[in-house]
Amino acid sequence: MSDPPDPGARPARGVSRRTLLGLAAGATLGAAAGVGVSAVRHDDATTAADQTVDFFGAHQAGIATPAQDRLHFAAFDLAPGVRRGELVELLRTWTGAAARMTLGQDVGTGAVTGAAASPPDDTGEALGLPAARLTLTLGFGTSLFAGEDRFGLAARRPPRLVELPGFPGDALDPARSGGDLCVQACADDPQIAVHAIRNLARLARGTASVRYSQLGFGRTSSTSTSQATPRNLMGFKDGTANVKAEDTAAMARHVWVRRGDGPAWMTGGSYLVSRRIRMLIEPWDSTPLTEQERVIGRAKGSGAPLGGEHELDALDLGRSDARGRPLIDPAAHVRLAHPSHNGGAALLRRGYSFVDGTDELGRLDAGLFFLAYQRDPQTQFARIQAALAGKHNDALNEYIQHVGSGLFACPGGVRPGGYWGQALFS
Amino acid sequence: MNPLARPLAASAAVVTAALLAGCGSSGAPTAAKPSATAAKDGAIAVDAGDSSCAVATTKLAAGRHTFAVANHASQVMEVYVYMPGDRIVGEVENIGPATTRELTVDLTAGQYQVACKPGMVGDGIRSPLRVSGAAPPPQSLDQNLRDAVDSYRRYVRSETRALAETTTAFTDAIAAGDLARARRAYPPARLHYERIEPIAESFGDLDPLIDMRADDAVGGTTFVGFHALERLLFAKRTLAGAKPLATALDANVAKLNTLVADVKITPLTMSNGAKSLLDEVAKSKVTGEEERYSRIDLLDFAGNVDGAEYVYRALRPALQTRDAQLVGTLDRRFPALVKLLDTHRAAAGAKGSVPGSPFVAYSALAPDEIKALAVEVDAISEPLGKLGGVVAGG
Repeated sequence: MSDPPDPGARPARGVSRRTLLGLAAGATLGAAAGVGVSAVRHDDATTAADQTVDFFGAHQAGIATPAQDRLHFAAFDLAPGVRRGELVELLRTWTGAAARMTLGQDVGTGAVTGAAASPPDDTGEALGLPAARLTLTLGFGTSLFAGEDRFGLAARRPPRLVELPGFPGDALDPARSGGDLCVQACADDPQIAVHAIRNLARLARGTASVRYSQLGFGRTSSTSTSQATPRNLMGFKDGTANVKAEDTAAMARHVWVRRGDGPAWMTGGSYLVSRRIRMLIEPWDSTPLTEQERVIGRAKGSGAPLGGEHELDALDLGRSDARGRPLIDPAAHVRLAHPSHNGGAALLRRGYSFVDGTDELGRLDAGLFFLAYQRDPQTQFARIQAALAGKHNDALNEYIQHVGSGLFACPGGVRPGGYWGQALFS
Repeated sequence: MNPLARPLAASAAVVTAALLAGCGSSGAPTAAKPSATAAKDGAIAVDAGDSSCAVATTKLAAGRHTFAVANHASQVMEVYVYMPGDRIVGEVENIGPATTRELTVDLTAGQYQVACKPGMVGDGIRSPLRVSGAAPPPQSLDQNLRDAVDSYRRYVRSETRALAETTTAFTDAIAAGDLARARRAYPPARLHYERIEPIAESFGDLDPLIDMRADDAVGGTTFVGFHALERLLFAKRTLAGAKPLATALDANVAKLNTLVADVKITPLTMSNGAKSLLDEVAKSKVTGEEERYSRIDLLDFAGNVDGAEYVYRALRPALQTRDAQLVGTLDRRFPALVKLLDTHRAAAGAKGSVPGSPFVAYSALAPDEIKALAVEVDAISEPLGKLGGVVAGG
């Protein structure tokens, strides 16, 4: 190790962890030449894993971004004595670290390039790994604006940021719900997403602590027309009818908060609803195919609406069979979730499957970590969920249970030199 | 009628004789003394010994036949009826020594073998059986299914009547202001509801009005029904405010009792109902979600299993001609689940018991006991999910 570099001598912007490690390895470890070679190869031929997503922009990344493969979502609670200034300082610190990590750089003075006598600034598990399209998306929870108004933000609370109503059949665990802040980390490599949350949580120590976090895999929605529709853990294609990022009119109508929608600081932002939806995998697996398809309203193989042939066939909710029975059951999930059933309400869904091992009964603790972005949670998510929830609405309710819930205001994008959510505090 | 009796014991009278095969596990008396004359009218005696398999006849006319198998061997016996190539036509397993069990099969013309397997191993001791006659079996598959639907309809009607009676006993106790009696009268009514829950669910709003949970009472919906009363009686330990709830519950149960007279039942809705009963067990009984104040979850559990098992027994003759292997599996699974459940029975006043329920409180179960129940429920759920396809498909 050479002299401890001073902070000003950190790797210049654009030098990735991967290149840095390659150079270091080449210089000091002849035996590890393969690492350097691999890094050079990657620098020559850009692969998807090497791609970066701009952290700065008019909107936060991680919303319209084509959904990555992996998720680490974390909700944070601010410590009891924290004041407004410390919250702002945390957001500044996080912004700096987020900007570096999304470029594939390590945090602070790095994992191996800081003072050897000190704990490294970066935790190090992402050394040698590319950015993997990491995005970090921040949200402010309802609790940040409530209670004693410790941060002087009550007057700035958006009218649309009111607690979601209870829904029939909810079994919400408070320890897996809410949170003052949330960060959604998405990447094509799970280690990159975990590294990001781990380092942000570390930087927050003393100011904020993790209330709960959730790992996810296998994005369950396509958010871009360029992506194939993936399958969720029930084995069905999920997210066929999602709002797509390329549809700018739909994004403007359903996802981005406009001027006049509420306080100016939310303009360009979006409201995030998170729901931890446990699937009752074992009963579902022993359910006949026809019943599974009746419950969902789509063919399991092709993803086509029942009565249709292809996945992207439009849902024809009025069609009946020869005996006059609707082809898509009155209680089918696709029917009740469809915009036509909900006054045109639609969501940008960006959820992930999860399997957190098995529960005490030996059953998969698995399901969908539902994430949905929208302009107005009250007229979008809450309206749709009211149509779905309860034993006698969505037939799917026999096989799922909502066990966690969060509502967050994700502010507009960050400008270079600024910090996350700055408009809320200025 | 003892409302807590196991379903087949309670309802044997409404099941056709053919359904009795294999139901010994459910408590029906089967330990009759084996003798050549034990077979009832028309049944063909099979005398199964350690080294013999004597069938009372070697020739039969095509049609439905019941074999009365008497096990004279020193070990547990199983008896099969095989078509050529050892294709199973019917089987009866786990016949204890000195026990008689019945086996009902539909036989068309052809050569068959009856195989007795002492110790339930090996190829068994075979006796030939020749079936002749061009006539189709007097009981076609369609007739089997019609019988099953009729039998299940009678079950549903008798259970809803019992539900109405036990609910009245429960609400009478509330009207009388007797908290202890009301708490004792709660479990019996719950049992009858849980046995026929899928039928109640087919009437839309009626099921939530009778059976909703506190979590369902959101957005202007008032918490009513059994569980609202359960919360008052068991959590708040009071009858204050119970009377209007009891009156409404009586009315809704009476309405259900009227509506079931015309409920549409098909073999497929029966099969799906049986599966949904087991799903109910998996979702809300094994987890202790349903009876969170009274802790009588195991009684609900038993009710759901009773209802599902009745469906299975009613469909069994039709299933036997279509999928003998599935019948064999379910013939093992149901008794296994019932046996496990029975290990949690508690005498009145015993440690962990709840007055009015024959089972221990959910809260008295150890985590590994709960897991064992969950495993058994999942195990039966798999074959049970196949019922619908077998009765409806080709």
